[in-house]
Amino acid sequence: MARGTLFLERTSYRQRRLMDGVRVLPFVGLAFWMLPLLWPSTGQGSEETVSMSGALQYLFGIWIALILAALVLWLNTRARAAETPPTDQS
Amino acid sequence: MVSLNQLIGVCLAYVVLLFVVAFAAERAALRGRWAGLLRSPFVYTLSLSIYCTAWTFYGAVGYAARSGLEYLTIYLGPSLVMIGWWWVLRRLVRIGRSQRVTSVADLISSRYGKSNPLAIVVTLMSVIGVTPYIALQLQSVTLSLSIFAAPNVVASTGVAPDFNAAQAAFWVAAGLAIFTVLFGTRNLNVNERHPGVVMAVAVEAVVKLIALLAVGVFVVWGLAGGMGEVFARIDASEVSTFEVKGDRWFALTAVSAAAFICLPRMFQVMVVENDDERHLQTASWAFPLYLMLISLFVVPIAVVGLDLLPDSANPDLFVLSLPLSQGQNGLAMLAFLGGFSSATSMVIVATLALSTMVSNHIFMPVWLASQREGATQSGDVRTAVILARRFSILIIISLGYLYYRASGGSGALAAIGTISFGGVAQFLPALLGGIFWRGATRSGALAGLAIGFAIWIFTMLLPSFGPGGALSIATFEQGLFGLSWLRPMALFGLSGLDPTVHALMWSLSLNTLTFALVSMFSFPDPMERLQGAQFVNVFDHSTAARTWNASAARSEDLMIMSQRILGAAEARAFFDAQSAAQGSKAGLPEPTPDFVQALERELAASVGAATSHAMVSQIAGGSAVSVKELLAVADESAQMLEYSSQLEAQSLELSRTAAQLRDANDKLTQLSRQKDAFLSQISHELRTPMTSIRSFSEILRDSDNVSVEEKSRYAGIIHSETIRLTRLLDDLLDLSVLENGQVTLNMQQGQLRDVLERAVTSTQTGATRELIIMREPALEGLTIHTDLDRLAQVFINLIANAQKYCAADQPELRISVQTLGSVLQVSFQDNGAGIPEKEQPLIFEKFARVGTGAVSGAGLGLAICREIMARLGGGIAYDASGAGTTFLVQIPIQEGQVAPTLKGMVTNTA
Repeated sequence: MARGTLFLERTSYRQRRLMDGVRVLPFVGLAFWMLPLLWPSTGQGSEETVSMSGALQYLFGIWIALILAALVLWLNTRARAAETPPTDQS
Repeated sequence: MVSLNQLIGVCLAYVVLLFVVAFAAERAALRGRWAGLLRSPFVYTLSLSIYCTAWTFYGAVGYAARSGLEYLTIYLGPSLVMIGWWWVLRRLVRIGRSQRVTSVADLISSRYGKSNPLAIVVTLMSVIGVTPYIALQLQSVTLSLSIFAAPNVVASTGVAPDFNAAQAAFWVAAGLAIFTVLFGTRNLNVNERHPGVVMAVAVEAVVKLIALLAVGVFVVWGLAGGMGEVFARIDASEVSTFEVKGDRWFALTAVSAAAFICLPRMFQVMVVENDDERHLQTASWAFPLYLMLISLFVVPIAVVGLDLLPDSANPDLFVLSLPLSQGQNGLAMLAFLGGFSSATSMVIVATLALSTMVSNHIFMPVWLASQREGATQSGDVRTAVILARRFSILIIISLGYLYYRASGGSGALAAIGTISFGGVAQFLPALLGGIFWRGATRSGALAGLAIGFAIWIFTMLLPSFGPGGALSIATFEQGLFGLSWLRPMALFGLSGLDPTVHALMWSLSLNTLTFALVSMFSFPDPMERLQGAQFVNVFDHSTAARTWNASAARSEDLMIMSQRILGAAEARAFFDAQSAAQGSKAGLPEPTPDFVQALERELAASVGAATSHAMVSQIAGGSAVSVKELLAVADESAQMLEYSSQLEAQSLELSRTAAQLRDANDKLTQLSRQKDAFLSQISHELRTPMTSIRSFSEILRDSDNVSVEEKSRYAGIIHSETIRLTRLLDDLLDLSVLENGQVTLNMQQGQLRDVLERAVTSTQTGATRELIIMREPALEGLTIHTDLDRLAQVFINLIANAQKYCAADQPELRISVQTLGSVLQVSFQDNGAGIPEKEQPLIFEKFARVGTGAVSGAGLGLAICREIMARLGGGIAYDASGAGTTFLVQIPIQEGQVAPTLKGMVTNTA
């Protein structure tokens, strides 16, 4: 942000927010994938445990969601990324 | 049933196909064709799939059969890394491109000041970490071959009767070595990229994905009857509930993410072979998709396999044994090819990456050191590099084969994989620290790597051979050297942890801690600091790391050396391009720093940064200016500056002294001249009266007829001349006494009026010429404390002078008194013509007489006055501004006070 103007056009602004999304996405994915650690396991009392198939569907569901999110971000950023090579500036 | 020979035939056909693909891609790249395909982001993404080895293809199913969903962690980590490409990978790729990095060891060594020792350490660690992994691939291929040899037997016992596993492994290894040598060491100049290998790897990636998906589809829809059925089976199976240990879940995700970045083969395809940074963006969704697809059917295959196959069956081979058991030979063949692809692509790329490291960081430095004449003189470096590369490939594949033979093909695939991951993950602190933290130092990196690797070996690698294997049972139970806090499974007394988590936690945390602490307390050398700035701020600037003093490097030498490494045609092309860039049309480019810089980077792509730097510095001579040397030079010049400023000060002092000497000499000369003048003056003054005395006394003596009148006149002349002589001598004596300061003053209290009265009376008596003296008696009633006699002498002299020299017809002298503060000023002003300006400066000098008047006088009077007034603490001066001749005499009213203004000088004050 050191160089250039402080306020941007709508398109540039949009692209920077999309790049923000790219930055945040892995942490969102990590949070969701670490969620199973909080699930009750068989050792803990009588509460019903999550079935294997349920866990499988959850984990792959997150996976697909992440891939789709990354794909959407890519589709929206690649055109402009081609115009202006990526820089460290947000 | 597929026979072993059929299988080998298909296998060979497949290998030939790969050769053709690689060869075609190589040719196309050379001719600049197929650019759309070769540089496609999807080929890049597919090449990343060498992450999925035989460990994935066969081992994931075995892993799932044993530990449920935990196998997923191995793919979740890399998925997150790819999705978060913006954070780390983009930076790595940019650095890799701008610094022409050839391997992970090259990157780390380059970051920490192009340190070859560090590169060697990383290389050795990589070899140790990856060799078991290569062995694992050989094992999986032989295992899958053996199942075709005798499926039923193998399924139940794990051993095939008519199958020589060692021999099979040997041939597989040999085949892989040939492929790697052929396509990995063909080109040495184009950014260390291997389009042929990458294309072959991409084809293999497709094959293994299709194979696994096909088996999965067959299992789910062919055997189990749809997804619903599969889910029901899953929930009914042994691994029915989601049970993962939290610590393992997290630790394995983290370590796989770390390994994804640090594994030499991943670094090779991700950074070194990268053609365009934007490919990362595509891969950010495409590669997680690939990983998701490849792990999609793992659990169904495992569950169905556990259901259908006998208990003794090896779960690691379910992918093969399930189709085989159902008589699906074609599918089994495809599955086999998939596994074969996973194994071979991994071995090829891993070997390529490792051999680059080994040859660049171990062989080449040794070879260069052994070449005394330097890079220009002897041997063909190009041949040497290629030979070293090929030799390294053979060594690494041999190591893998030997490890396979030594370990006897034992151990679950997953375990070996995790151990390997743990080993390479130790690079992560030095790697990330190097690209994000400018404070990271070489010492820190070395210390961190050493600690992390030592702990990894002790807690992960050695225990993997089992109790009594590499480590004795005693060590397991009592700790190393009997120290209980050194137990490999409970380091520092922390027991009860999962061994993998335990090892990863300790090795990575202590590695990071040591790295950070040592970095904080050590100081990087200039090269490190420079490279650190380049790496951390790679997006701000990609300027030169340091400059060459290239004027010393001759273009011819550089050309010769480049030809040896790049090959004649490529070197020629590079030099022509450079010389065109410099604006000259023919001949070699000027060896500007920029050019040498570019050349070094070009060479670095072939032989690594450290080696290339060493080679160029050999040619640029001792004059390759590294920052270190620059600093040394700066130090030196600072010293020289200091020295010269000292010299300057000394010479200033000398010239000052010389000036003083010159002044002193001038003074002395002047004094001597004055003395000479003085002596001649005295002689002259003495001689004149002496001459007349002698003449007249001779007349008196020799002439008889001298009348009494004449006699009396002559005697009178002689008398007056002697008086004049006496007076002269008195004056001289007086002056000499005064000048030497030997005079004793007779200080008295008295009236100024009395002193003046005395002086006037004394001069008027017997005066030959009348002088009218005008005084102001009212003002003269002042008491003074001084040597009254001497003061009177001065006044007498001044009045007598007026009497003698005043040119007016009616000479008048006005004596007036004035009080100026603490000083009494008496002025003697006559109505004469005054003293010509030219002579004014001289009047107080000895023997100075104004004009050529016939009036007698030695010219000592005013000189004596000046001396007297100086002694009395007063002064005398000629007032040039007054009418006629005006002398000013200043007398201090109080004793000891000095009248500062008048010291025998001419003044304009009045």
